[in-house]
Amino acid sequence: MHRTKVRIVEDALDANNTIARANREDFDRHGVTVVNLMSAPGAGKTSLLERALPLDNVRVGVLEGDVQGSYDSDRIASLHVPVTQLNTDPGFGGECHLDANMVRSALPSLPLEEIDLLVIENVGNLVCPAEFRVGEDVRAMVCSVTEGEDKPLKYPLMFRSAELVVINKLDLLPHLDIDLDRLLCNLDAVNPGVERIMTSARTGEGVDELRSWLSERAASRAAAGV
Amino acid sequence: MHEMSIAGAIVATALKHAGDGRVTSVRVRAGRLRQVVPDSLRFYFEIVTRDTPCEDARLELIEVEPRLCCHACGREWKPLFPSFRCPDCASADVSVLAGEELEVESIEVEERESACTGQR
Repeated sequence: MHRTKVRIVEDALDANNTIARANREDFDRHGVTVVNLMSAPGAGKTSLLERALPLDNVRVGVLEGDVQGSYDSDRIASLHVPVTQLNTDPGFGGECHLDANMVRSALPSLPLEEIDLLVIENVGNLVCPAEFRVGEDVRAMVCSVTEGEDKPLKYPLMFRSAELVVINKLDLLPHLDIDLDRLLCNLDAVNPGVERIMTSARTGEGVDELRSWLSERAASRAAAGV
Repeated sequence: MHEMSIAGAIVATALKHAGDGRVTSVRVRAGRLRQVVPDSLRFYFEIVTRDTPCEDARLELIEVEPRLCCHACGREWKPLFPSFRCPDCASADVSVLAGEELEVESIEVEERESACTGQR
């Protein structure tokens, strides 16, 4: 027996990224803009979507990623928005995030011909989803004020990868000790100048702005003729 | 917990290049901005390599310090905490020069020299 050193120099996530590119090509072919929506569990992703959807003039579909259950997709379905539930357990080992391969497996059940915008609601988790591209055009995340000021500093990988950060649950501010300016300052340190929208899914504050942001993402693709 | 996903990705990459041999060591470069916890990664590496040709392989982890560069004033620096604004001119036009790597650099493979000749 002898030992050989094999030089590789390959991104460990190369296999995922290759499938993510294939997903992206399929979305592009159908002219569908894809938003990968991420947050900690319970930050209000589904509640915000319930408030914001459906959109005027933009046909939206939702892919719900959860470890198990169809709680979120049932809520979205009641809005008469096409929704597909993707569970990471069983079949994908109960993963705490969506990866490109899981999203690929859901492609046949997505009505890509009938939508302009697909929102992929990732599994609630501030860590792993940041590592795995799924074929999205843009990443957005929700951070609720109940999570405290320091989350951007603790999870910089996720906060840095987002092009939009929605600060949710503003209605709870009077009951909390959180220093909102400090949260925004920490966010700016990790992702300088990132676009942000201040919302309350409960009162509807800021939801129009979120709606406009989503519509503009789809419209910018249409305008570019992609 | 993201170390488990990363360990799986590392092992898959190593196996892709291992041929028929047994992998005895895997060398990985991980930038500190990826927030990989070395002990946790080693723990999961041991688990995900079980019953694969990577079983008992040594994980050699090289941690890469982050280095940032400001396009506005040209300053290069090593950030101490996750701050991505230039400490001199406060510009947001900053790129990461190092610290975001997560790559399998090389593997060491033990080849069974004669075992395969009769099998094929």
